[in-house]
Amino acid sequence: MAALLTLDKLTKTFHLYEAEQTIEACQNISFEVQPGEFVGITGKSGSGKSTILKCIYRTNLASSGSIVYDSAAFGPVEITTLEERKMLHIRRYEIAYISQFLSVLPRQSAKQIVVDSAKDAYEEKSEQEEAAIEMLKHFEIAEHLWNVFPNTFSGGEKLRLNIAAAMVKHPRFLLLDEPTASLDNASKVKVRELIEKLKSEGTTMLGIFHDLEFMEGLCDKEFNMQKGSFV
Amino acid sequence: MPKTLEHNFVEQAPILRLEDLNKSYGDGCEYCSKEDAVLEKNICPKCHTVHALRGVNLEVYPGEIVGVVGESGSGKSTLMQCIYFDKNPSSGACYLTPYKEGTENIFEVSEQEKLKIKNLILGMVYQNPYLGLRMDFSSLSNIAERQIAAGSRNVHEMMDRSDELLSEVNISKWRAKEAPKNFSGGMQQRVQIAKALSSNPPILLLDEVTTGLDLSVQARVLDLIKDIMHEFNISMLVVSHDLGVIRMLAERTYVMLDGKVVESGLTDQILEDPQHPYTQQLVYSLL
Ligand SMILES: Nc1ncnc2c1ncn2[C@@H]1O[C@H](COP(=O)(O)OP(=O)(O)OP(=O)(O)O)[C@@H](O)[C@H]1O
Ligand SMILES: Nc1ncnc2c1ncn2[C@@H]1O[C@H](COP(=O)(O)OP(=O)(O)O)[C@@H](O)[C@H]1O
Ligand SMILES: [Mg+2]
Ligand SMILES: [Mg+2]
Ligand SMILES: [Zn+2]
Repeated sequence: MAALLTLDKLTKTFHLYEAEQTIEACQNISFEVQPGEFVGITGKSGSGKSTILKCIYRTNLASSGSIVYDSAAFGPVEITTLEERKMLHIRRYEIAYISQFLSVLPRQSAKQIVVDSAKDAYEEKSEQEEAAIEMLKHFEIAEHLWNVFPNTFSGGEKLRLNIAAAMVKHPRFLLLDEPTASLDNASKVKVRELIEKLKSEGTTMLGIFHDLEFMEGLCDKEFNMQKGSFV
Repeated sequence: MPKTLEHNFVEQAPILRLEDLNKSYGDGCEYCSKEDAVLEKNICPKCHTVHALRGVNLEVYPGEIVGVVGESGSGKSTLMQCIYFDKNPSSGACYLTPYKEGTENIFEVSEQEKLKIKNLILGMVYQNPYLGLRMDFSSLSNIAERQIAAGSRNVHEMMDRSDELLSEVNISKWRAKEAPKNFSGGMQQRVQIAKALSSNPPILLLDEVTTGLDLSVQARVLDLIKDIMHEFNISMLVVSHDLGVIRMLAERTYVMLDGKVVESGLTDQILEDPQHPYTQQLVYSLL
């Protein structure tokens, strides 16, 4: 089977002009993610884990190396140089990036956020609504929270809302950036169950965790990072 | 569960395309006509010509909100005003797909055609509401003026549409007969938006719509702009020196410095991984 994602010698160096510094965030990272796999990356804070995910999502521009993603719309594409409009299409319909933080602070109810996201996947208003409600239930967001602005949500609730908004579009590929950071143990267990469920449903995932224990038995492949490289 | 939509990517031409746009105040000289001439900010050290725009290339695709950021004086308003024919560019071209399939440089068409483009294809919301509104006329007459310019003649239809637009931008019915000079800045901007939309233009130009408004009013105007984009599928060029505004509205962003575009890209990339030294300074100072 063709890999869904292939990284070859990905290197990212940040040039900070004012401070006259360069930061080598990751070097020569190579690995593959097959369809349906869950690949985990662990490592200390600052070792370069997020940088890899951000290069894949193109929030960071790779300095060298290649990232080939097998897109449903375009076939294999080189993400590092892909046209912006195509990258936006992939972000909208194929790859979701999830962290514990709400990416924007929307002045919208939790349910509306999921409905809005569903607009990319469903034509009819009634279908969008139905799909959103199913996701809210699926990810156990209590019904009394549906009409509340999520600013006041707990970390775990925000995370589950983010996942619900992302999953309502049925992305083919999920990037998870420390989804368990700063969660209590009970919430961590929930996240783990959730990932197991997504996996059983066939979603391909690449996740970052600094918590080795958490990943046990979950990953098909596991990489450990130290100072910007896999060890 | 219903079936999800198919997502084929449709190759589209940009709805607005700027090519090598230049605007200078002054005659220029041998020194500053060279492409790599070093200026003092945007001013020629030899002849003191102000180069407000230098070789700007930019594209807006259908249904997209594109951001332009840059510090004060970088040329943002000049850019918008050139596109809207308020200022004559010194050189360059602009093509709009809704106008003759984008085959003609709109800077070179007749004055009459320019008026048509202004009234039917472009909508403008000015940084300074005094440029966009007649402050002594009621909001309704302000809107009617544009509707008539765009060719509407049916008074009932016009009234219905202005009512609808003013309610869309949250101006209550009983205030619509009032002159905007009595309104707050946020209300004036909302009347400008209603006016710009009144002829259903496919392209909207927004120059610092939220600047000077307090935060809660800003948020409401921003929500309004997003709603408009979803509802009417209008393409927008949004100028702001506020990165928060750009982050919230635009998926792609251009960064301007001293009349030039120094960097462009996906907005989150510009904010998190700026490549140009100036963009880094801008991002770190404004975030
Ligand atoms: N009529 C004019 N004569 C000379 N210089 C001008 C004229 N109009 C504008 N300029 C200059 O052109 C440059 C760009 O001005 P512009 O209004 O486009 O800036 P801006 O990016 O919109 O700034 P702001 O964020 O303050 O609104 C400035 O240096 C300005 O002084
Ligand atoms: N946008 C950025 N600009 C400058 N340096 C950055 C940026 N993002 C990350 N870095 C640096 O790159 C290194 C790796 O960061 P990161 O990938 O976030 O680590 P991790 O996710 O493993 O904690 C760190 O030294 C960090 O400070
Ligand atoms: Mg990280
Ligand atoms: Mg301006
Ligand atoms: Zn000169």
